[in-house]
Amino acid sequence: MDAHVDNTTRNIVDTKPKVTARDVNVYYGEKHALKNVSIDVPERSVMAFIGPSGCGKSTFLRCINRMNDTIPICRVTGEIKVDDRDIHDPKLDVVQLRARIGMVFQKPNPFPKSIWDNVAYGPRLHGLATSKADLDAIVEDSLTKAGLWKEVKDRLQDSGTGLSGGQQQRLCIARAIAVDPEVILMDEPCSALDPIATAHIEELIDHLRSRFTIIIVTHSMQQASRVSQRTAFFHLGNLVEEGSTEQIFTNPHETRTQDYITGRFG
Amino acid sequence: MLGLYLLAMVLLPLAGFFVARSRAGAIVATHGAAVHSRPNYHGLLTAAVGFLPMLAVLVVVGPTVAKYAVSTGLSHFPAEQIADPTARGALMRDMISLSRGDHAGGAGDALRAASAAFATASRLGGWLVLVLGVVAGAVGAWLAIRRIDVDFRARNHFERIVKYVLLLAATVAVLTTVGIVLSVAFETMQFFSKVPPLDFLFGLEWSPQTAIRADQVGSSGAFGIVPLVTGTLLITVIAMFIAGPIGLFAAIYMAEYASPRVRGIAKPILEILAGVPTVVLGFFAALTVAPIIRQIGQMAGLSVASESALAAGLVMGMMIIPFVSSLSDDVINAVPQSLRDGSYALGATKSETIERVVLPAALPGIVSAMMLAISRAIGETMIVVMAAGLAANLTFNPLEAVTTFTVQIKTILVGDQEFDSAKTLAAFALGFVLFFFTLFLNVIAMKIVKKYREQYD
Amino acid sequence: MTDATMMDVAPTRRIDFDSAAAQNRVKARYRAEARFRAYGIAALVVTTLFLVMLLGDVLIKGLPAFWQHSLTLEVSVAAADVDPQGTGRPEVLRAGDYTAIVRRTLSDRFPEAKSRQDRKLLFGLLSSGATDVLRDRVVADPSLVGKTVRVPVLLSDDVDLYFKGASTKIVDRAGRGILTASAATGEITVSSTSNDFADELVAIKKSVKVRADAMSTEADRLAAVVHDMAADIETVEKSLAAARSSGDAAAVERAEKDVANRRTDLAAMQAKVTENRDAARELTRRFDDPKTPETLDASLPSLLVAMNGGLVKITRLGDVSFQGRVLLPLKSTADAAAGSWKLVTYQTPEANRRVTDQEIAWLEALRADGVVTNAFNTAFFTTGDSREAELAGIRGALVGTALTLLVTLAICLPLGVAAAIYLEEFAPKNRVTDLIEVNINNLAAVPSIVFGLLGLAVFLNFFDLPRSAPVVGGLVLALLVMPTIIIASRAALKAVPPSIKEAALGVGASHQQAIFHHVLPLALPGIMTGTIIGMAHALGETAPLLMIGMVAFIVDVPGSITEAATVLPVQIYLWSDLPEVAFQSKTAAAIIVLLGFLFVMNGTAIWLRKKFERRW
Repeated sequence: MDAHVDNTTRNIVDTKPKVTARDVNVYYGEKHALKNVSIDVPERSVMAFIGPSGCGKSTFLRCINRMNDTIPICRVTGEIKVDDRDIHDPKLDVVQLRARIGMVFQKPNPFPKSIWDNVAYGPRLHGLATSKADLDAIVEDSLTKAGLWKEVKDRLQDSGTGLSGGQQQRLCIARAIAVDPEVILMDEPCSALDPIATAHIEELIDHLRSRFTIIIVTHSMQQASRVSQRTAFFHLGNLVEEGSTEQIFTNPHETRTQDYITGRFG
Repeated sequence: MLGLYLLAMVLLPLAGFFVARSRAGAIVATHGAAVHSRPNYHGLLTAAVGFLPMLAVLVVVGPTVAKYAVSTGLSHFPAEQIADPTARGALMRDMISLSRGDHAGGAGDALRAASAAFATASRLGGWLVLVLGVVAGAVGAWLAIRRIDVDFRARNHFERIVKYVLLLAATVAVLTTVGIVLSVAFETMQFFSKVPPLDFLFGLEWSPQTAIRADQVGSSGAFGIVPLVTGTLLITVIAMFIAGPIGLFAAIYMAEYASPRVRGIAKPILEILAGVPTVVLGFFAALTVAPIIRQIGQMAGLSVASESALAAGLVMGMMIIPFVSSLSDDVINAVPQSLRDGSYALGATKSETIERVVLPAALPGIVSAMMLAISRAIGETMIVVMAAGLAANLTFNPLEAVTTFTVQIKTILVGDQEFDSAKTLAAFALGFVLFFFTLFLNVIAMKIVKKYREQYD
Repeated sequence: MTDATMMDVAPTRRIDFDSAAAQNRVKARYRAEARFRAYGIAALVVTTLFLVMLLGDVLIKGLPAFWQHSLTLEVSVAAADVDPQGTGRPEVLRAGDYTAIVRRTLSDRFPEAKSRQDRKLLFGLLSSGATDVLRDRVVADPSLVGKTVRVPVLLSDDVDLYFKGASTKIVDRAGRGILTASAATGEITVSSTSNDFADELVAIKKSVKVRADAMSTEADRLAAVVHDMAADIETVEKSLAAARSSGDAAAVERAEKDVANRRTDLAAMQAKVTENRDAARELTRRFDDPKTPETLDASLPSLLVAMNGGLVKITRLGDVSFQGRVLLPLKSTADAAAGSWKLVTYQTPEANRRVTDQEIAWLEALRADGVVTNAFNTAFFTTGDSREAELAGIRGALVGTALTLLVTLAICLPLGVAAAIYLEEFAPKNRVTDLIEVNINNLAAVPSIVFGLLGLAVFLNFFDLPRSAPVVGGLVLALLVMPTIIIASRAALKAVPPSIKEAALGVGASHQQAIFHHVLPLALPGIMTGTIIGMAHALGETAPLLMIGMVAFIVDVPGSITEAATVLPVQIYLWSDLPEVAFQSKTAAAIIVLLGFLFVMNGTAIWLRKKFERRW
């Protein structure tokens, strides 16, 4: 059916939403992948997108930083605003948008460069710092915030691909926050990791939310309930229900939501 | 004679096949499905065991008999005449053509006698081979037919033969390499007994001369390859200067930017260019590009040789472009999309992503592609033969004429050669250096690619 | 693990988005992006341009060679030349003097060509094979003896090029005055009532001035050299004085010799300077007087006058009259009215052409007669090589190529596929297999000339196989192409899904039966595609075949794989080396044929690949 937005309840800071979406539709060629999604994401919080595979949550995530632009057959309609600025405004530079919105992918994808070069990639690109000293400071700061500094501080020149899966993902997170974005998008960041690494990442997310707005796509409801304050449930390209995490998991309004969290399908 | 033998090589196994098959068929009629192998396999085994000995006889005894016939015929000529390989070759040709009946021009007594002796020996030898072959084949076939029985595992035997035949075919590649190495190394060793290796490798002058008479002194010529090395290097550098950037950028554009429609036009164009024979490119270089460059040079007040290294290098560069482009295209496409996504998500433009992430990731493959391209340029013959010169000029000026390894090999060996002179052997020595150097480049290039492939597995 | 308080610290950095510097930075990044993209497009464009230029050059040079010019003459086949005894036997007819017949026809047409030089020039218009068609016709039909036959007579390669427009452009304009000629043949003087020739005279004077200027410049340059030489002499004289004062006899002698040599050189150079200046002065004098007649030489465009049905070549030009030599006789010495005669210019100077003015005069007369025909050159495909460009054909090369490729295919297809099957299906993973695979990969990258060395040393020298024969060429090419076929066949075999083999094994087939009855047929299209591509590669190979001697001048078409032959790429190479301009065109035509074959072969391979592309 249609999207139904319930964001009258706000348990977090009652400020303007960081990201707003109105009537967003996504088409892959002929396939209508996302149907009329409207949602508000409050700032400095963690919102989780849940739903069975193929329901469109990752697609919607990728709309927010316009990563869908890189796919030729993909077409996006509707309005998405970050900080009240339309991200599809022709005057807006997509390169800068992506500097303000970071992304962490399902499978860790560190560049085949040194750890230092990985983290310094963004700042160098956007002219954030040019001297080595400045970049060193940024690298240390980002790795620390990502909880990786102590483990790699003596081997910053080692290749980023030589780390374990969990470390690689934390490296990717450090890389993303090196440019101090305002929003971080995470697309199932722990699905390729073991439980211990997952726990580390979840703890990290919890710390990050005091500074960044985080949207996390996850297929694990347990993770969603652990990590997020608000949750949105997607099904077959529709946003079925959205609300506080507690409410969604204890008292969902929609039948479909209820069916999903009780394991009837998905 | 050969035709007769070939006919026998077909008929005998065929006969064996049918005989064996009908024999086996008779056994099936009496024993039904308990027979281990179908009649066809009995037939095939018999045919194979009949064919292989005949082939062996042909390949082993045939050349021996032919050589014997030739030497019998040539023995009718005075010894000094046939000691010289060129004269020997000419006499052999005359002898053979006269015996065939299509010899133009007159024939002296010696030639007639030689030709007659050759013809007789040939004929006798031919019959000998035929008889030997047929006997061998028949024995083989009979051995197989004798064993036809219910439990005879004809299929397994046949399949084993097949497997060894296939293995033999596969070893032809090794044999070829061995052949190349041996043929080149042998002559090179002989060459180094006439010309010291250090003179060869570090000598600055190349003018291969041959002593016309054995007692001619001081005509040993200069066999220093440094001018050839610089010439080859000069032309290769010019070629890579063109092919490297253009090929790489073409690959980048096609892999990262081009729409399917553009790719659908660009790829065939590159494939067509890759398919143009080098003799055609040499024609273009010598008759069109070189004069144009000469004219431009004259207008600019420079003196350009009519066979400038620039002309040859330019056309060679264009020849290599599809090579570089297709190899680079493969390695660029092999870079996982996740890396690109990571870079885009950080706010990089496409060109920044390519420059900072994709190309560094593909670098080993690209370096390997460049090395293979260099190897190709070094080994190229026709373009330089037609467009570059013969002058062993030690220079780095692209407007002058230089010569390369391949040009010298071709020049020395085309035409009559005496196989003992330092000049002819020098060509093999050049081939030796060429073969091993390109081998070296290829091996390193492939090692790099292998290591690089491990990175992503 | 993480220090939570660090998060609350105020942002130490924020990317600057809004300042002017930031905007400029972003703009610069997008400009770099556009540049990068442009490089990519430029690369593709350059490559395309090169291909277009290459093919265009080949087509422009080669297409004309598919047509050839002949004269269609009515010749009378006199029995006296061909068969004086009237035997009617073919051998006699074949040996007849047809050249005399054809030549007589020509000299009847141009009776004014009497001197030996002129006759040689006239008959030189014809090809040495001009009488072939006539001879063949008479031998086939002896009743033609004594009759008049209309027959095509082949023209020489230079004449053919002339008619294709390669020699010169001809322009003319009508004359204004009335011309009076002093005679109808030979060296004559012609005067006009109007200054018709003034423009041409001025043009010639201009070229004279250009030459004068060039000589002046040269004189100036030489004068500078003289100046430098004089300065050098001074220096050497100083060292001579020093040597004298030091008393070193040897040094003195050397220095004196040096000075003497330099003085002689200086004098010579000075003479050159004077020579140039004098010549320049003389030329300038001629230029300054516009009325002085000028003698035309072969370095200037030729000027002629067509009047009274004849043609006069101007040898010495004034503004209202000229002296000239008659190339085509005037029909009368009557005055030529205004507008009835033309001033003709052959724009390319005679010195830069391969046909002289007299020859052009005859050829244009023949063209006006309507006897010049341009026919498709089927002889190109039906005759073998020749030293005469107009008679050369590629038949020998085509047959040689066919025989060689046949041998190549017969060897490398079975061996290559067998090797591929072994490596894909039977080879255990051990060192031997690794060695074989490494060898195949290496051989695919060995320079082709090395295969020629192998052929030379092993096949020719060790096995004594006949030189230049397709069997040796085929063997060498087979070894060269085999790695390609092995690699392509392996890929084709690998592409067959294992489920098919497993299904065959499941119903009880042996391993080999599964391979040969099920996998191999499915891999066949891929194998065929790879084979065609390999053959196309072999078709264009030249260097290894040069090594094994397929370079001889082969006129006869080879009849078997053991006779000497040549192949098309080698033929192209040999022809490209020949100096005659007409061979350039033939070479390009042969290239067109070669590229045509390659195009068909590669096109077939691609079509096969597409047709049998199965999506498992």
